[in-house]
Amino acid sequence: MAKTATRPALVQSVPKSPTGIQGLDEITGGGLPRGRPTLVCGGPGCGKTILSMEFLINGARQFDEPGVFLSFEESVEDLTANFASLGLDPRPLSARKKLSLDYVRVEPNEIQETGGYDLDALFIRLEHAIDSVHAKRVVLDTIETLFSGLSDTRVLRAELRRLFNWLKTKGVTAIVTGERGETGMTRHGLEEYITDCVIMLDHRVVEQNATRRLRVVKYRGSTHGANESPFFIDESGISVLPIASLGLQHSIAPGRLSTGVPDLDAMVGGKGYFRGSSILISGTAGSGKTSLAGYFAEAACRRRESALYFAFEESAAQIARNLRSIDLDLEPFLRKGLLQIHAARPTTSGLEGHLSAMHRLIEEKKPRVVVVDPISNLISVGTSVEVRAMLARLIDFMKVRQVTALFTSLTIDEGHPEGTDIGISSFMDTWLVLRNIDRNGERIRTLDVLKSRGMPHSNQVREFLLTSQGLKLLDVVRDQGRVLIGSERAAHATDGPVGPRRSGKRAPRP
Amino acid sequence: MKAKSRRTGKPRKTKANLDFFDLRLYIAGQTARSLAALANLQRICDEHLEGRYRLEVIDLLERPQLARGDQIFALPTLVRKLPVPIRKLVGDLSDTERALVGLDLRPRASSRS
Repeated sequence: MAKTATRPALVQSVPKSPTGIQGLDEITGGGLPRGRPTLVCGGPGCGKTILSMEFLINGARQFDEPGVFLSFEESVEDLTANFASLGLDPRPLSARKKLSLDYVRVEPNEIQETGGYDLDALFIRLEHAIDSVHAKRVVLDTIETLFSGLSDTRVLRAELRRLFNWLKTKGVTAIVTGERGETGMTRHGLEEYITDCVIMLDHRVVEQNATRRLRVVKYRGSTHGANESPFFIDESGISVLPIASLGLQHSIAPGRLSTGVPDLDAMVGGKGYFRGSSILISGTAGSGKTSLAGYFAEAACRRRESALYFAFEESAAQIARNLRSIDLDLEPFLRKGLLQIHAARPTTSGLEGHLSAMHRLIEEKKPRVVVVDPISNLISVGTSVEVRAMLARLIDFMKVRQVTALFTSLTIDEGHPEGTDIGISSFMDTWLVLRNIDRNGERIRTLDVLKSRGMPHSNQVREFLLTSQGLKLLDVVRDQGRVLIGSERAAHATDGPVGPRRSGKRAPRP
Repeated sequence: MKAKSRRTGKPRKTKANLDFFDLRLYIAGQTARSLAALANLQRICDEHLEGRYRLEVIDLLERPQLARGDQIFALPTLVRKLPVPIRKLVGDLSDTERALVGLDLRPRASSRS
C-alpha cells in the first residue's frame, strides 16, 4: 500500500469557498472556486441536490456566506421537508434571511413560444433573491429543466452562457447541477460553459452494496485529488472519504501511553505505546484481544483521557460484563462518558458507512485513544483494495489528530498470524501477536511483540493468564536453555530452582 | 397602452364569463423586444378580443418580486390568467399564428414544438 506523501494543496492557487462538507474540501484543496460556477453532475438520485444544499447551508451557518437555492425540480415545500429530515433544515436560515429558496416551475404544457425571448426574468429573479439575502453562494438545480419547456436550444444555450458569465460578475460562488447525459457529462453539454470546476457523482451497486462515488473531474487553476472517492449520506448530510492518503507529514506527538498492563509496558520499551501511534493486536479466537483492548481503554480513562471504543463483535454491555470477569471495571468510565462504546454489526451498513461514522464520531468526540475491535470484521464487508485504502485513510486521519489507535484483528490461521492481516500491518507501529497454543493437552496463552517501531522491545514470547484478578504476564522461566511454559513451568517451580532471569524485565506481580 | 393594474383580491370575473380574457404581459424595461411584444399583443387584442379582455403590463425591473408568482423565467411572457387553464406565451408574439394558438383563439396543431 503506497502512501503518496506529496500533497501540494497548501499552495493556494485560486481563491476557494469551503463547502464545509467533510472530505470534499480536502479533495479540492479548500473548496470550490470562489466567485465562479462549479458543475456538479451525475445520474438521478446521485446526491447532487443534497451536496448543493449542504454547500449553501454550511455556507450560511459556518462561513457567513448567505445563499440562494433556485430549484427547477422540486417545490420549496418539498425541498424543505426533504432536507429537514437530513438535519439540514433550511427554515431557520430562511427566517434569518441567510438563505433564499425559490422554485422555478417549468411546465411544458403551459408554454407556447411565440417569437424572440431571453431569460431576463430568470436573471431578475436570481438577482432579486441574491440581493434580498446578500448571497455569496448560489445553487441552480437543475437548470437543464429549462430545455424541457423551451424548444429553442440555440437561444437557451446563449442565455445559459450569459447567465454563467453574469454569475461571475455578481461574484457569487455557484453550483450548477446537471443530469448525466448519454454522451457527455450532462444532457445538454453544460460542461462546455462551466469550465472552472466539474464534480461528478455516481451511485452504483457493487457486490449488492450501493456505493456512492465522487470525483473531481477538473479544477482549473488548482490541484485536486483525481481519484474516485466514496461518499456517504446519512442524517448529518454528506461525508466524502478521500481514498488518497492524507500523507505522512503528521507531526509526532511526544509521550508514551501505558498499555494498561504494567508487564506489557515493560515489553514495549518500558513505557508503553507511543502517543499517536497505531497498534495492532492480532490473534486467534479467544486469545485475549478484547481483554488487552479493554486494558488500554481503561488505562486511558484512568488518565482522564477520553476513549472511543468501536465494537463490531459484542455489545457495549457484553464487553463491560466480560471484562469485569478479569477484574476490569469499565462501568464508572462509561457512566462518566469518558469511555464510549459504539457497537454495530459490520453488515448493518456498507464499509463506507462504518468508516464515515467512525470519522464523524472521532471528529465529534475528540477521543485521545480509539479502539477498533475487531478490524477484521470490518474488512469482511468490503472488497480488499477499498478496505486497505480506506483503512489507511482512517489511520492517517487519527495520526493527524494524534489519536492513539488500537486495532484488534482475528487471525484464522494459527500458524501464520502475519498472513491474514490483509497487509494492514505496514500501517501499524506496534504489533502484538497473541497465540493460544495447544500443547501437551493444555492451552497456553502467549503474547509477543512482533514489531514496535522506534523503541527497544522484548523479543520474548511471554505466557500470560487471564484470571479473575486480571491479566498476568508470567515471568520467563528457563531451564537448560529452554523456555518453560504451561505445566512444565509449574513443575519447575515446585521441583527445581527458579531459572536465571536474563531479561531483567521483571515487573511487580499484582 | 391599456395598462390597467389589478386591484387587490381575486379576479371578479367568474367562470360564467368564459369569453373574458385576463392577460398579463411581463417585460423588463422598454427594450425593443418589450415594445414589439406590446405592439403585437395590442394588435391581437384589437382583432380578436375587442371589449372582452383586460391587460396588465408588469415591468419586472420595477417589481422583480412579481416574477415568482406567475413562474416567469423568460421574457417577454404573456400569461393568460383567464380563461383557465393558465397559458404562458413566451416570446415577443411576432409569430401571430402561434400566439393565437397559445391563447386558444385558434385550434391547436397536433404537436407542439
